[in-house]
Amino acid sequence: MPSLKSLRTRITSVKSTRKITKAMQLVASAKLKRAREAAEAARPYAKRIAAVVANLAANVTGDDAPALLRGTGADKVRLYVVASAERGLCGGFAANISKLARQRIGADLAAGKTVKIITIGKKAREQMRKAYGERVIDHIDLAGAKKVGFDFAKAAANKITDLFAASGFDQCVLIYSEFKNVISQVPTALQIVPATAPQGVEPTDLAGAIYRYEPTEAAILEALLPRYMASQIFQALLENDAGEQGARMTAMDNATKNAGELVNKLTLQMNRTRQAMITRELIEIISGADAV
Amino acid sequence: MAKLKFALVSPEASVFEGEVDHVICPGSEGEFGVLPGHAPFMSTLKTGVLRVLDGAGERRFSIEGGFADVSAAGLTILAERAAPLA
Repeated sequence: MPSLKSLRTRITSVKSTRKITKAMQLVASAKLKRAREAAEAARPYAKRIAAVVANLAANVTGDDAPALLRGTGADKVRLYVVASAERGLCGGFAANISKLARQRIGADLAAGKTVKIITIGKKAREQMRKAYGERVIDHIDLAGAKKVGFDFAKAAANKITDLFAASGFDQCVLIYSEFKNVISQVPTALQIVPATAPQGVEPTDLAGAIYRYEPTEAAILEALLPRYMASQIFQALLENDAGEQGARMTAMDNATKNAGELVNKLTLQMNRTRQAMITRELIEIISGADAV
Repeated sequence: MAKLKFALVSPEASVFEGEVDHVICPGSEGEFGVLPGHAPFMSTLKTGVLRVLDGAGERRFSIEGGFADVSAAGLTILAERAAPLA
């Protein structure tokens, strides 16, 4: 049976852990609120750019279409962009994303395809490096940023388009976690090259009128697609951010509860030990008195 | 007089939304103005100043790269960066 002293030390230590997890939960919930607001603010742009792409993509077909929309026609080399958390202590959030990534990548490797990986966020880099080593060709760090800015998404999109222009890959898949609600984040794979037409977006009804383009339809689409890609990545990063905070909130809530239970259990054990000691001392005194 | 529905959005936030009289955009092939009832039109934009005229007032926004999309639903500008000028 542990001594009274060691029990007391453990209780103090568990109590201070509980304070920390409680604080982390509160911080995460504040950050979650901000992340959701940011996601909300980004929605109009994403929606409108998707509508414009849908409009244009319907009109520009065949060889006129930019390569980003058409693809290379092959699927030998696949680029995975894995976006994950920057920090740990958020339950299974990062693990779930990398699980999906490993499933997809494993299937591609088994099919004899070449796989390249770009990671976003420290956890993604750690986990992908461990699993795939030199297949990880690039990384974008989110460290130090107060909030997820569009610049990160733009940097990622630039890297992807540059690599594509250099014939570095045929298809590109973005892996991130979709934010359903605070307790549920669903790892998702989204194909971004060749660009998929946005779903659920109706082309604007022009009622017979004809669009005029400046410079040309194809040139506009050419300039638009990298931005559309950046917007998709930005959305993914925002969802990830909200999901990460949500997952951390839940994880810390559980940790706080567990710590509370442990404190109760330890306190009970300490009281029992204390009582047992007193009883033993009394018995010793009484039996000592009897002997005299 | 009919008003032009106008929205200026950047990736991080919606910068301006409302009904105005006249918008002058820095198009990549030259500046152009959009009035209510403009024919469907789409253009890339260059970095520059966007002028929004409403009644006697004028508001200016600095924008960086983007698109203007004019349709029956109004004018939408998708700018990579947009900020109001004082």
